[in-house]
Amino acid sequence: MVRDGLNDITSRISVEAIRHQVEALRYRASRWSLGEWFGVALVLLVVILAIDLVRRLVVGDIGPSTVGTFLWRGSVDGLLIALAAVGLSMTYSILRFANFSQGDLVTTGAFTGWAAAYVVAGIGVADFGTRFFLNPDRGTSARELDMHIFGAPLAIFTGLIVAAVMTILVALAIDKLVYKRMRNAGGIPLLIASVGVALALRYIIVFFYGERTRGVTRSSPVIEHELLFWTDAVDAHQLVVVVIGVLMVFSLHIVLQYTKLGKAMRAMADNKDLALVTGIPTERVVLVTWVLGAGLTGMGGYLIVLEQETLNFNTGWFLLLLIFAAVILGGIGSIYGAIVGALIIGMAINISLVWIPSDLTEVAAFMLMILILIFRPSGIFGGVETA
Amino acid sequence: MTADDGGRLSSLAKYVPGFLTASDDRPRWLDDLRLILLATAVVYLTFILLGLIGGLSINGITRELQAVTLLSASIALVVLALNLHWGYTGLFNIGIAGFMAVGAYTTAMVTASPDARIPGLGLSLWIGIPAGMIAAALVGFIVALPALRLRADYFAIVTLAAAEVIRRLYNSSSLDQFELFGIALGTGSGRGIRDFPNIRNTVSRHILYADPGGPSDPYPWGQLLFTIGEEFDLIAFVIERIVYTLFIIVLVILVFVLLTRTANSPFGRILKAIREDELATKSLGKNTNRVKIKAFMLGCAIMGLAGIVWQGSRGNVTPDLFMPIITFYIFIALIIGGSGSNAGGVVGAVLFAGLLFDGPPMVERAVNNLVDLPRTNTMNDALIGLANLDPEVFFGYVMVQMSSLRFMLFGIVLILLMIYRPDGVLGHRNEPAAAIDLRKQQAPDHEETNEVDETDE
Repeated sequence: MVRDGLNDITSRISVEAIRHQVEALRYRASRWSLGEWFGVALVLLVVILAIDLVRRLVVGDIGPSTVGTFLWRGSVDGLLIALAAVGLSMTYSILRFANFSQGDLVTTGAFTGWAAAYVVAGIGVADFGTRFFLNPDRGTSARELDMHIFGAPLAIFTGLIVAAVMTILVALAIDKLVYKRMRNAGGIPLLIASVGVALALRYIIVFFYGERTRGVTRSSPVIEHELLFWTDAVDAHQLVVVVIGVLMVFSLHIVLQYTKLGKAMRAMADNKDLALVTGIPTERVVLVTWVLGAGLTGMGGYLIVLEQETLNFNTGWFLLLLIFAAVILGGIGSIYGAIVGALIIGMAINISLVWIPSDLTEVAAFMLMILILIFRPSGIFGGVETA
Repeated sequence: MTADDGGRLSSLAKYVPGFLTASDDRPRWLDDLRLILLATAVVYLTFILLGLIGGLSINGITRELQAVTLLSASIALVVLALNLHWGYTGLFNIGIAGFMAVGAYTTAMVTASPDARIPGLGLSLWIGIPAGMIAAALVGFIVALPALRLRADYFAIVTLAAAEVIRRLYNSSSLDQFELFGIALGTGSGRGIRDFPNIRNTVSRHILYADPGGPSDPYPWGQLLFTIGEEFDLIAFVIERIVYTLFIIVLVILVFVLLTRTANSPFGRILKAIREDELATKSLGKNTNRVKIKAFMLGCAIMGLAGIVWQGSRGNVTPDLFMPIITFYIFIALIIGGSGSNAGGVVGAVLFAGLLFDGPPMVERAVNNLVDLPRTNTMNDALIGLANLDPEVFFGYVMVQMSSLRFMLFGIVLILLMIYRPDGVLGHRNEPAAAIDLRKQQAPDHEETNEVDETDE
């Protein structure tokens, strides 16, 4: 009886042990190669799609001008997402939390910037309230103010500056009111608080501006020039977005690489404790993080509206997951990664139109983000910490 | 938490009325029930008061009470599921709306008639509802299987993205109608699915009438309810709604018992152990991944059920019913109650639905009935009014904006909770992973360690 039982137990133990070993082996094998496997599969998929794209071009399924348009729109979208993604990546690496209110900072930039643009453009046309509240009574339209880059250039550039400044001020106020009190609270409590910030901010905007979607700009004038080889004509507003986007990314690069604070930021993103013992003033770095991040985010929000012509309290919130996708693609915490990730996402949501219907392109982007988080959480470049 | 916190809690306990504090000679569930009933009473009294000020009839007040109870119970159902994920297992799932959508859509697709514009399988609800729950659990499995290794914040982003993927797939025109193994099916894209049983009416009529097809010939209990209802001038429609509300409350009780028993089982202890320290749990030889997946799937099945009987119960499902904001309602409710406690979650659901969600519109109605405020439609006009020293115009605008202002309130409440009461308004309610409360021995120098008693009796 006892002997049987013992036999039973020993045999079970050996079976268990073998199974454990097999499982451990399998686990180690899968762990060792999963990220790389995924990378290979992704590259393969991109290569296949590229070949298919070329085939379609040769066969004549799609014209070169269509592909040119996709690439152009991709870089416009990519730069717009990049402006917001840089801010998200900065807060992620320096304050160590996923800021879900990033989308609503985009919206803040859009509303404050366009309010300023209207205030300037409508001097002498409408009273201050009507201009400041972006035409609440539908009396003074974008048409009347001639709201496009050639019609009111001064107003539009004033709006851009105000968007950056106001978003910085709002972000700093939020940091002082909320995040500063929870500096050491850990990623999840901060994440939840940022959801609260997102809701509060979004509906403060609704309180001022209401829920309706408004068209705030006229449709973009078109530029024709021999230099634009890929297309006959290009929207001036998109060109403005690209020029300002590239300019901003370049100045950010200068700040990060050649100023002391930029260096401090990169140090803090890499290793917070080490930065602390080296004597880096962390609170000042946090301040600069918000100033740079929110400034670019606000400009991004303003330019998004310039490009898409309409403005709504959900404009930024709907972009949030795309912004996250960009940051994750490039590797969380890497600022240059976020920029590249944003350009890839921008290209992907446009070029994927070749194969999938337009209402699924963002689904594809989200799926890509999920897969990367699962298989290569360090981003497609494999965790090159460039911050 | 620390001994210090315990001391503060027990010193606070002196100021709380006796019947609210826990004591050793009462079983824990009775205390929990007390809390839930107290919260309900607070909400009900507020509503009756506001309803009377707002000039509602008995019928109207009853309908408001029924509506807030239904909303509380529905939210409580999801909160309980989320508590299993987050409170017990530590899985930070913010894709709740997606799992609810899978439940509701699957039920709709299984029960919709085959000849409708969006064809379905035409099966009965007895098959449709379990199918919805199973589908939600399976989708939970697909999401959880690879994502479990991830850090909490990555897991959060994955679940949120998964929920959006699900919603956009249902919204996509390419899945409007399709064929699967020769069977015509469809999700109806943006317009959603209509031709399937209205669960709210079907359930309540099956309970009330012998012949649910045409609402007539009530059962004896149905007759009794109608007779009582007539005393208060309640129309049959309100009675049907009340019956459906009671049905959801019964579901909440069933799920509550199921989850509480799960939490106190050996399985539940592993869950809490995972939340506290996954590595230690693994070292003790527990297959934490399998346990996490099981817990996640169970929670998703309940979220699917909630999707069916809450958002999907009105006879039509559309993608708009499952926006990500729904997820945050549930989170606010759970955080109010304190994650880690089922009873706290239910209290949070009642307080959220009553005071934060349905309360502001009641206030608006009451104020509008009391004073005749001008309807101001824009902030511009409101500020002009304020500048002209006419605050009525401004308050008129606040009243017009009340339904969106409450979302601002949600955000502010969430922020305040995270800063000042991260453990919920009821205090630290996490049930300890150990079978005995180890914290009690940590504070021998306080003569009164009468903090919230969490030992298993």
